[in-house]
Parts: sequence; C-alpha cells; structure tokens
Amino acid sequence: MPTKRPRFIEPLPSDITPRALFESRRQFLQQIAAGSLAAGGLLDHAFADATAPRAKLVARANPAFAAKDKPTSFEDATSYNNFYEFGFDKGDPMRYAGGLKTQAWTVRIDGEVKKPITLDIDSLLKLAPLEERLYRLRCVEGWSMAIPWIGYSFAELIRKVEPTGNAKFVEFTTLSDPKQMPGVGSRVLDWPYVEGLRIDEANHPLAMLCVGMYGQTLLNQNGAPVRMVLPWKYGFKSAKSIVRIRFTETQPQTAWNRSAPEEYGFYSNVNPDVAHPRWSQATERRIGEDGFFAKKRKTLPFNGYPEVASLYAGMDLKKFY
Amino acid sequence: MLSPDTRQMRLIKGSVFVLALMPLVRLVLLGAQDRLSANPIEFITRSSGDWTLYFLCITLAVTPLRRLSGWSWLLKLRRMLGLFTFFYACLHFTTFIWFDHFFDLPAMWTDILKRPFIAVGASAFVLLIPLALTSNGTMVRMLGRRWQLLHRLIYLIALLALLHFWWMRAGKQNFAQPLWIAALVAVLLGSRVVGWWRGRQR
Repeated sequence: MPTKRPRFIEPLPSDITPRALFESRRQFLQQIAAGSLAAGGLLDHAFADATAPRAKLVARANPAFAAKDKPTSFEDATSYNNFYEFGFDKGDPMRYAGGLKTQAWTVRIDGEVKKPITLDIDSLLKLAPLEERLYRLRCVEGWSMAIPWIGYSFAELIRKVEPTGNAKFVEFTTLSDPKQMPGVGSRVLDWPYVEGLRIDEANHPLAMLCVGMYGQTLLNQNGAPVRMVLPWKYGFKSAKSIVRIRFTETQPQTAWNRSAPEEYGFYSNVNPDVAHPRWSQATERRIGEDGFFAKKRKTLPFNGYPEVASLYAGMDLKKFY
Repeated sequence: MLSPDTRQMRLIKGSVFVLALMPLVRLVLLGAQDRLSANPIEFITRSSGDWTLYFLCITLAVTPLRRLSGWSWLLKLRRMLGLFTFFYACLHFTTFIWFDHFFDLPAMWTDILKRPFIAVGASAFVLLIPLALTSNGTMVRMLGRRWQLLHRLIYLIALLALLHFWWMRAGKQNFAQPLWIAALVAVLLGSRVVGWWRGRQR
C-alpha cells in the first residue's frame, strides 16, 4: 500500500528570526542604501558607530566607592551586554541600540510622593554632583566586570520628590518602543521591563542613579541615558533606559520574577550559597581577566559589599533569594 | 541514480571531512584574531554545543535521505558524521570540565547533581562513548545484530541532547533555536516510526 513518504517540514522564517529583528535589519539595509545615495550625512545619528565616544562627563572620583578591582576594558563593557530590548545575543545591544533616541528623554517620577515630577535628562544631570564610582558588576549568568560608572546616590532623587509614608517600594520602568528596540517584538518577557527595590534598599548610598561610564555619557547598549546601578545585586536588577520611577505601597511585579519566579527572586542579591538552576553562583569569570588557564574566582556574598547586609538582617536569604 | 565509483567516493568523503572541520577552523581563526567576544569560553561552549546538535541531526538525516533519494552511498558517510558528532560533543564537554571547573572533579560532580540540565547533557555524552568505540568495522562484525541494537541508543541521545538545550534556554525563555531543532529531530525520528510502521504493514 503506497503511503506518503515523510517530508521535511520547513520551519517558518519567523521561527528562526523574530519578525521585529528581521524587519529592523531590512530597515537598516534600506537606510544604508538611502544613505549612500544621499552621500552619507543623513545617517549619522540613527546608525552611528555604537562604540563611538560620547559627550565627556566631568565627575569627581569618590574614593569611598572605588573597588580595588582592575576596571574592565571599555571595549568589553560596551560589546558584551544583556539588554533584551535589543535582542538575545550579547552583541545585539551594540549592534541594534544605535537607533535609540536619547536626546528628548524624560523620566516621570510619581506614585506615593508629595512632589511628583517629570525630569528631562539635563535636570537629572544637574540634580546632584556627579561622582565616578568603580563598582563590581555580577551577572546572574556567572560572569562579572568592574565598571567606572558616573552618577550619584539614588537617595538624592528620593529626597527631592519626598515620598509619603505609604511609599514602601520603588518601581523602575524601562522604555519599551518596538520602533527603536527590535527585541521588544519577542515574547520572552512581558514588556515593558520592570524592576523594583524596597525603599530602604533604594535609599542605601550604594544604590546609584547612573548617567555615564568611562568619563562619558552612557552608551545606548549600556542603558542610556539613565539607568540604575545596584552592585550587590545581579545585573538584571539594575533597570536601564528608565522612563518611569514609581513609589508604591506594594511590592512591584518585576519582569524576570513574573517570567520565572523560581529562578529570579525579587531580591536577587548576589549570593554564592543560592544556586540558580542554570548557573552555579559559587564562582564567576571576570571578563577580560579570567582566561583559559585560570580557575574561576569565588563569588562573594552581596558581591563583596557587606555594608548592605544590615538591610536584610533577620531574613532567610535562601528563601528571599 | 547517482552511484560514485571508489575514487569519487574518496573525493566525497574527503570533502565532507574538510567541511565538517570548518566549525573548528572558524573557532581557531576567530580565537587567533581575538574575536571570540568578551567571553571567549562561553562562545566556544555555545558553538561546540550547537555543532554537536547540528551534526547529530545531519547524522540522523542520512537514513531518511538515502530512502528518499535512493542514493545508498550516503550510508558510507554516516560513520564519519557520527564521529564528528562525538568530536564536537568532546569539545563541548571539555569546555565544561576544563573552563567551567578547571578539572575540579568534586565541584563538577556537585554541579551535575545540582543542575539537572547538566546531568541530562552529561548522560547524553556518556551514552555517545560506546557508540564511538564500536564504530569501526571490526566491532560492527563482532557485534553483529547487537551492533544495530546498541546504535539505536542514538535516538535516546538525540532526545537527551535536545532536552539539555531546551532546559538551558528555559532560563531566559529563549526558545526559537531549540524549537526549530526540536522540529527537525521530530521529523528525523518520525521518519523512523513511519519506516517501522510500513515495514510491519508488509
């Protein structure tokens, strides 16, 4: 009896490359074509070299927040990023973040505050004296860097908006614009990206509102024009390209926690004793330093920032991971 | 029907061998130019893992392709392709014990027990070893029918390898690549089921 031979089922192109991504590639190619016709010139903004130097930022180095670590090279820190709004690959943010428009940027700050306000990026730059701080960055994936960030303690901004007695948490929202961010088309996370802190964590002097790195304004792939930096937590807790900061009474629903609660807790403090199902957290590889012939280095509790331990006194950190 | 003579077959085998080495050559060339990203070890781990899966699929495709085309000479490439699967699996496993744990075997063992996706990948690798060891002509003759039985392990290995990959990606819900490999494996294994079913009908 003749039966049909098995046939190879072609995967749809959209199964392989997310639609938003290939559309952005097409748009990129079209713009390249258009640009060459218009004798260059027109493209300088949208598709500028992603690692080109930015505006210089003058900042005083703060010795109280200078890690003893050797700073990671600028090249590594700006080419190896997790910023899923621009794609999954570590190189995607550098490749696709060039089109992010960061000039007319504003951040809405509201919720449980006496003085809700919308600040543009210039006001944010002037809100407090800029400091340079060399912080260790530990990614949940088991790698780390040391980056000279520029900004100031987030507490400065908290003071300005005067939280009410009901403000128990702070919620950070990242821009989510599929036109500028090709990864937003994917269904990996429920966009926009939301992160959060308890108010006492947000008030800790280590918690930094960051506008620059390596002596210049932030690069798009690193979360321009304004982001958080929380060195004692895994990297994903530090929201990038922030458009809204909301003070709330209840614990914010954070993006990764909603996506996989058993893997990414609300606190996500760096903790070598709590293993992640995919990455052992006991050790880490320092990018640019720990090469082929070295053992990975040991990860420290709170990423080597014991001064935050008192925030969690009495809490079972294995339960509140 | 295409049926190459001995000399042509040698040429085909040689070309497939060189082609199959290209993923390794690429890693070596990128490495020499310092272009393996900021995290070269992760790059090598991912690349060798990807190519293990691709070669597993290519190896599994030999039989259905031979049936569809009637080119029986394709079968002569199967052993080499299977051994390349093992070769890239070895490279992948080496990055795990060397770079991830620096030959710290107790730490590696704890890691295998703690993280099921590693346990699944490691068992797929262990199961590949007897297949590689019994791939030469002498062993095929010695084992006779049992050889075929033993080498059916490859179906289980394919499923374990897929689960390993799927589970690894589940951390970030990034399923595009595991999905299309799963579809491919489903078709390749499905063709066996169909073949077996038709054999029974006769």
